[in-house]
Amino acid sequence: MTGQPSETINQTLGDARLQLAIYSATNRLMTHRAGAVRADLLPDYQELRTEANQLKKHTIEHLDHYLELFEKNVIAHGGKVVYCSDSQEVADFVLGLAKERGAHLIVKSKSMTTEEIHFNERLEKHGLEAVETDLGEYILQLAHQRPYHIVAPALHLTRYDVAEIFSKNLGVENEVVIEKQTKIARAALREKFLHADIGVTGANFLVADSGAVVVVENEGNARLTTSAPKIHITVAGIEKLIPRAQDLGVFLTLLGRSATGQPLTVYTSFLSGPRRNGEIDGPDEFYVVLLDNGRTKLLADPEKRQSLYCIRCGACLNHCPVYRKIGGHNYPWVYSGPIGAIITPQFHGVLKDPWLPFASSLCGACAEVCPVKIEIPKLLLKLRSEVTDAQRRQGVGGVERLAFGIWAWVMTHPRIYLMLARIGGIFLPLLPKVGPLGKWASQREVPKLAKTSFHQWWKAREVPK
Amino acid sequence: MGEEKGNVKWQMNQKCATIGFHANPGSKAVKTRVSLFVTCIVDQVFPQVGIAMTQVLERLGYPVDFPAAQTCCGQPAFNSGYPEEAGIVARHFLNTFRDSEYIVVPSGSCASMIVHHYTDIFANEQKTLEQARSIAPRVWEFSRFLIEVAGVEDVGASFDGVVTYHDSCHSLREMHIKEGPRRLLSKVQGLTLREMEPAEECCGFGGTFSVKFPEVSGGMARTKIESILKTEAGTVVSVDSSCLMQIQGAIDRARLPIRTMHLAEVLAGR
Ligand code: SF4
Repeated sequence: MTGQPSETINQTLGDARLQLAIYSATNRLMTHRAGAVRADLLPDYQELRTEANQLKKHTIEHLDHYLELFEKNVIAHGGKVVYCSDSQEVADFVLGLAKERGAHLIVKSKSMTTEEIHFNERLEKHGLEAVETDLGEYILQLAHQRPYHIVAPALHLTRYDVAEIFSKNLGVENEVVIEKQTKIARAALREKFLHADIGVTGANFLVADSGAVVVVENEGNARLTTSAPKIHITVAGIEKLIPRAQDLGVFLTLLGRSATGQPLTVYTSFLSGPRRNGEIDGPDEFYVVLLDNGRTKLLADPEKRQSLYCIRCGACLNHCPVYRKIGGHNYPWVYSGPIGAIITPQFHGVLKDPWLPFASSLCGACAEVCPVKIEIPKLLLKLRSEVTDAQRRQGVGGVERLAFGIWAWVMTHPRIYLMLARIGGIFLPLLPKVGPLGKWASQREVPKLAKTSFHQWWKAREVPK
Repeated sequence: MGEEKGNVKWQMNQKCATIGFHANPGSKAVKTRVSLFVTCIVDQVFPQVGIAMTQVLERLGYPVDFPAAQTCCGQPAFNSGYPEEAGIVARHFLNTFRDSEYIVVPSGSCASMIVHHYTDIFANEQKTLEQARSIAPRVWEFSRFLIEVAGVEDVGASFDGVVTYHDSCHSLREMHIKEGPRRLLSKVQGLTLREMEPAEECCGFGGTFSVKFPEVSGGMARTKIESILKTEAGTVVSVDSSCLMQIQGAIDRARLPIRTMHLAEVLAGR
């Protein structure tokens, strides 16, 4: 389909090592998830999903209220809330603060929101150093790549790839043992933690009734990021809000299990405000940046706004047979897989990557595992029709529309249908779009039309009566 | 019903059958007429599936009719982003099957289109929406009709060999058809059902998806075939001919000695 990155998609498909890496990693994640949501271990799994969906629906529909409540509570703990409408405003805020405080070094824990706004690159342009401290993100930063997966950013890299990246960038020996690679990274990052001026994290949840920022992780790097530097900044999308601390019972139960099959991640940090008098660690200054960056645009559509329920567990990617074939980097934005396919067109406009909502067999595996029950296939269908509508307004895609127009006419004129059927042509009207029939046939043997259609068989059978 | 004869369920079925509601094979009770919707792909490419379905239903004593104006459910246009064009075809379907009491379909995907998506298409057209709502409960995917309406699991079929069952996505996730086809298969004499791992992963067809993204779709089919090969089954069975077309296409390309059969064909075998 026009616009799709066919060449790189085919490269990915043809790269046996990469295919194996994607398959084994996603398989592992799927198996772990399945084990964690088993009916005997989590009997109320489906009820929890429904509850999570309802909670998110409620929050998103009353976002104005919860934003204010959250802000009030952050301030009450001595923190500050900064509203930013786009990436530029986030960069301006951080740069301004860094300048005022004479800060140079920023440590970061994993955050898709900052990936979304190219946080590091923007700051680096102004002479600040921003270092990723999540192991996967650190590797990717060294390799100048964007995340392959929203939960497991370096899912596509083998330890041999990592060895190469480390020896090239850190001047160390080629080291292929994973534990030793971790040690190398740890040593390099420890230095950064000790000297960092600012710590930046994302947020998994923003709790409105307590003003807390909740961050889940497995490596402990987010803990260090939030406690070692003097200044802490959380950068989070406004959709991360949940009403009450008690709702975490639902979301934390689902998040770890859906993502990696963990009942709970190794670390769950609750950040509420700067260090209080008498506390030994924690930042002196505490900021929460609430980012729009297009999110309020998504709010406008009553059906598609459910895209904002996403808690970024990555389960839909792991279970998506298309993601598992084409991997993360063939998606046009940092969010890949099914969730990427539904939010990218909404953020960037449907005509930017018109092929994206069509890159799905609509198998529905994503919706089946989504812990907040986003109706992904339904939204893909809606986006598809928005693409064809927008194309019509632009005066493109006319051939395909015409083909379906003719097809619909044939299908509502049974006599024409039967006539065409006799010459084996009911699929003929679709041929202009099936155009690359050769390409289709490159993958499979083309089925032959039957000599006698069912219509004919039935008619012949009726005659004797 | 073989060995189950005499149990409570059997007795209940007997009673129901006499009032022409549920039925047992061989029951002499008058049965409701069923209308076949064979789908465009079965009509044109796999008529043998429609024929098999007719045979199975008639052997169970159902009078079968075939509304001759039928063509397609409209799904190709709907899934390609043309709900309006799909609506034109959907309206034709609604008119064609207006008077049918039971509409039996050899495809979970087409059945789901009618049951779930017509109401989306006609959300803003009150009258047609009513029609769509009224037809939805009368649409039955073939295996579900056998189990839930006809109340049979053993249709008296026999088959020599090992088969594996492919869960087609729309049957599984939109129509929640999972156990029914397996129960029907398990009662076929001489048939061994060997599950593939995973049976629930998409074959990669997806209608126009396979045309727009032929290489990705082909890759998905090959992955499916790997799972099939591991079972050493000689036959792949499903309740959707379009998935089977995709799987057979890739099997033939790889020159493997495996065939695909619609559940109806297996159940019509003697
Ligand atoms: S859409 Fe659902 S499954 Fe996918 S990442 Fe978001 S929460 Fe997880």
